[in-house]
Amino acid sequence: MPRPGFVLDVDRSTPPMLFWHGEKFSLERLPADRSRVIYPAESFPGLTDPQAAIRDALEHPLDMEPLRALLHADMKLTICFDDASLSLPKMRRPDSRQRIIEAVLDLAAEAGVDDVHIIAALGLHRRMHDYELRHVLGGRIFDAFAPNGTLYQHDAEDPENLTVLGETDQGEVLEINKRVADSDLVVYANVNQVAMDGGWKSLVTGVASYRCLSYHHNPESLQNTRSLMDRHHSALHHSIWRLGKVLRDNGPKVFQIESTVNTDAFPSPFEFLSKREWEWTARDRMTYLATAKTLDRLPRRAARKIFHGIEAPYAMTGVHAGFTESVHERTLEDVYRQHIVEVEGQTDILTLGVPFISPYNPESIMNPILVMCMGLGYMFNMYRNKPLVREGGVIIMTHPTYRDFHPVHHPSYIDFFDEVLSDTTDPAVMSEKWEKRYAEDEWYRHLYRTGNAYHGVHPFYAWYWGAHGQQWAGKVIIVGGDPTAVRRMGFTPASTMDDAFELASDVVGRSPSITHLHVPSVLVADVK
Amino acid sequence: MKALQVRHNVRRFGAARLLSVTSPRTSARIAPVDLRNVEDPAEPSGSGWVKVRNRLAGICGSDIALIDGHASTYFEDFVSFPFIPGHEIVGELENGERVVIEPVLGHAARGSVPPWDGAAPADGDDYAHLVRGHLKPGIQTGFCCSTGGGWARWFWAHESQLHTVPDEMSDERAVLVEPLAGSVHAALIAAQHTNHHLTDRDSPIFAVLGAGTMGLGAIAAIRGAVPNARIIAGARYPHQMRFAKGFGADVVAPGDEVSRAVRRMSGAHRIGASLSSGAHATINAVGDSASLALSINITRPRGATVLLGMPGESKLDLTPLWHREVALLGAYTYGTEQIEGNDVRTFDLAMALANTIEAERLLSATYRLDQHVEALAHAASAGRRGAVKIAFDVREDQ
Repeated sequence: MPRPGFVLDVDRSTPPMLFWHGEKFSLERLPADRSRVIYPAESFPGLTDPQAAIRDALEHPLDMEPLRALLHADMKLTICFDDASLSLPKMRRPDSRQRIIEAVLDLAAEAGVDDVHIIAALGLHRRMHDYELRHVLGGRIFDAFAPNGTLYQHDAEDPENLTVLGETDQGEVLEINKRVADSDLVVYANVNQVAMDGGWKSLVTGVASYRCLSYHHNPESLQNTRSLMDRHHSALHHSIWRLGKVLRDNGPKVFQIESTVNTDAFPSPFEFLSKREWEWTARDRMTYLATAKTLDRLPRRAARKIFHGIEAPYAMTGVHAGFTESVHERTLEDVYRQHIVEVEGQTDILTLGVPFISPYNPESIMNPILVMCMGLGYMFNMYRNKPLVREGGVIIMTHPTYRDFHPVHHPSYIDFFDEVLSDTTDPAVMSEKWEKRYAEDEWYRHLYRTGNAYHGVHPFYAWYWGAHGQQWAGKVIIVGGDPTAVRRMGFTPASTMDDAFELASDVVGRSPSITHLHVPSVLVADVK
Repeated sequence: MKALQVRHNVRRFGAARLLSVTSPRTSARIAPVDLRNVEDPAEPSGSGWVKVRNRLAGICGSDIALIDGHASTYFEDFVSFPFIPGHEIVGELENGERVVIEPVLGHAARGSVPPWDGAAPADGDDYAHLVRGHLKPGIQTGFCCSTGGGWARWFWAHESQLHTVPDEMSDERAVLVEPLAGSVHAALIAAQHTNHHLTDRDSPIFAVLGAGTMGLGAIAAIRGAVPNARIIAGARYPHQMRFAKGFGADVVAPGDEVSRAVRRMSGAHRIGASLSSGAHATINAVGDSASLALSINITRPRGATVLLGMPGESKLDLTPLWHREVALLGAYTYGTEQIEGNDVRTFDLAMALANTIEAERLLSATYRLDQHVEALAHAASAGRRGAVKIAFDVREDQ
């Protein structure tokens, strides 16, 4: 039985804590008697027979007929799946989506369905490379569907293949992929790593247009999302659920399949990352030292290649199918069971080690905007009830925050950094002044539609993702970051953790309480 | 009289050129420019010559290029050694009248027939007079051994070169008039080329690369001449960025971000190193090969790239120039401009511009002639040291 997550009070005997620092690590000693470390639960065991669990879910769905009963020969079937932003790191083959879609295709073949399209639900994310599609779906599906054009990627900028299904009582227009809208049945294959994902969000964001996404991907929604991991207190999710109702009432029949994975993110030799520091063996310490020293010496590009080459030994922990809302509630139960750690009270300073990856840089570069998005968007939002750090407190992140961008994946991010952040870091101001220009820029549109670039508006969304954290914190400090890049984002650079604590004292005094969110792996702090 | 004089010394030119890369100060010390007692230049033949006592004399990029051996060999036949440099001059006539000098030694100064009545010294389409007549060769005051130049107590100027400085204009402002005249000329050439066969002409895009004195002047001049212009400035240092913004640039970006800024403003696509469209006109006030290539690639097809300030030898792939039909134009000095059908002297426009932008803000430091090593080193690394224009102050020597 895996041990649950817990809160460690730091005393003089507590060893230094592991912090991610982009493609590197550091060990930081936290002040005794006023620091605590929140550890996630140990990784849950995977299902012994995931294939059988999937088949069972398809035969015994929640609040819907079995999938077999929904399939018939002359129907139009569309299968959508989560894109390369999940899982992080990418999971070892076979990916859960491959297992699910293969099972669905087996049933479709038995029913004689021959009009099947498979669509990557990437929203405004970058198009997946073919090798990524192969990795996620497996060679058999890719080779059977890609050559005849029935495996493709959603295009949120293709007016001829978008259609409006209606609008919510608040005037939000649901505009989605035409093939999806015109289908007799849409099956969604999801991998759920955090509570934010899944539910109506899968289709309502994954196959929507920019116009549709802009109703909830905006500063006002994100600043009123408390938190991203708690959909009942998230303005973003409220909007998405309203749009989901429009989809349910006016759209195709949707058969949602959601799967969860455990937190077993790192294979050998990186297993020490998932261990608690005082339980490190001599071998773990040696491995840490050797790895850390090697990474220090490696060029950034080489280190990045190593990390992005990691294939996580994730195991499927659950799978549910059927009516979207019923399925998602069960998924959330599974996710929370693994992720929730009860924490007593808030803290003056929250420390976060920001890793090399975020949902928006698979196989790519963690540029400064994504550092902000990961720290203030994702990691800060790993809470339920109230944030780990008190309002006006200090968030300290560790990351090199190099001014480095992937020119193919993130072209509009470069301009956003140069132009928009030079003008303002206020999400509301940039939304009003700059967003439309980036969203409608023909060059970005061309790169998104034909290359492998994120949509022109995406850096705005990444920035809005951190809007709640940005608004909440009294100061944000990045340790070891490129000072120019850090200042450009409105944050404070510090060379060491001690310097950061010193800088933080201006805001939280000389003896603040400190909480470190231990990463890896994933946890959601339920703050009482 | 005491004067800074440049002699033709190939070895010292070569050493200065080598050292200019690593140490501007050592380069300035080794360069063949020395403070020495020189014979007073004899009054040139012909009528109209007056003695001008120098007050302030600026150090131009072309002065530095000639002194440290970077200037093109093209000029060897257009200068006469030994010469006293200095052509950005505010001085004083014997009657106490203050003047700025339009330094080109034109037809009138050389006893040739001007191309038309009222022509400015740099007007015309035949440069033969520059090496003929009763003066030694020299394109301008400051490069001709017959007249002397600004880096001395006094020199000979022809009446065709004189522009009276109003009483209310300070020396510090007046010394910027000559470089600003060059900027105005380039801006007007660029503006002319936004009129034909190009889209979005109502609010044309201008890119200005380089934010030294002339680049900054060009930004201000464009803003004055084309009020609806959208101006993107490439600047390297923070103080240059502040000036560029203050003088009317809409967007200021470091050099390596200019291409992206032009793309954003023009809504162009990027095709390899080039933009599908781009600026209607680009003014290049840098002059090196990389900046020239950039200028052509960010100028829209059938637009214009204007070279402001003295470029050197460049290695350039001309294929983009050919394919994009970009006009590559020089903007040497100034002369007579056409404004709404009327002939206007560029210097008059520059006087007005100097007042508009309070040009004395660009004068960062002045030195005595005997401090020339420090002065030249400062001018050679002005941007890096937070400066714009460096000048010699000769007023105490009078």
